Amino acid sequence: MEKKKPKNVFVQGAISSEFIGTSIAKHQTKTSIGAHNIFLGQVRADQIDGKTVTAIDYSAYEEMANQKFYEIREATFEKYDLTCMHIYHSLGTVQAGEICLFVFVSSPRRKVVFEALEFVVEAIKADVPVFGKEIFEDQTHQWKQNS
Amino acid sequence: MQLNIKYFGMLAEATTISEEQLQTDACSVSQLVEKLKNQYPKLKGTDFKVAINQQLVDQSHIINSEVEVALLPPFAGG
Repeated sequence: MEKKKPKNVFVQGAISSEFIGTSIAKHQTKTSIGAHNIFLGQVRADQIDGKTVTAIDYSAYEEMANQKFYEIREATFEKYDLTCMHIYHSLGTVQAGEICLFVFVSSPRRKVVFEALEFVVEAIKADVPVFGKEIFEDQTHQWKQNS
Repeated sequence: MQLNIKYFGMLAEATTISEEQLQTDACSVSQLVEKLKNQYPKLKGTDFKVAINQQLVDQSHIINSEVEVALLPPFAGG
């Protein structure tokens, strides 16, 4: 089991498909892994009162958020037999259709990655102080709230 | 004592600042929140949690040392 003190989880702007592809490729040398599972959060063009969300501007209480990501990571390794895990979250503007959250868990066996991924994503949604300003096409905005 | 107060998201919008220093005597979180709501009327009616030195605390928590207080609106990660 690999336990590392996490780096800064935040990246500026959207998470590119090239970045995600490169992350997957980096695991080809870790041949004890038999299963990966990936969650990609994508900004949704919600329709609210006749207006369409075109982007979300993310901000965070970064010190506390990174600490929470660390605690979630520790709790996940404690609970599940994972080989490794990676979390990246956007800050700043992410357009509708772009990726704002990338969670990647890997294990020798498949069943554990299904459970672990859900655990991680739900914990991020509930516990990490990240804030999202939903921007409409007319540049007005409202504040997003996880349900 | 001096507190460092941080405002995030819609709360930074309501107060028009992201951070400030506040002189106060020892008080509970709810007393501090009342004081801030009087100072910034737009905070009234907003929903937020309070973290002290990056740990969530409840309204009865007593603040009696120089700490960082963060007002956190609903989370929207992911």
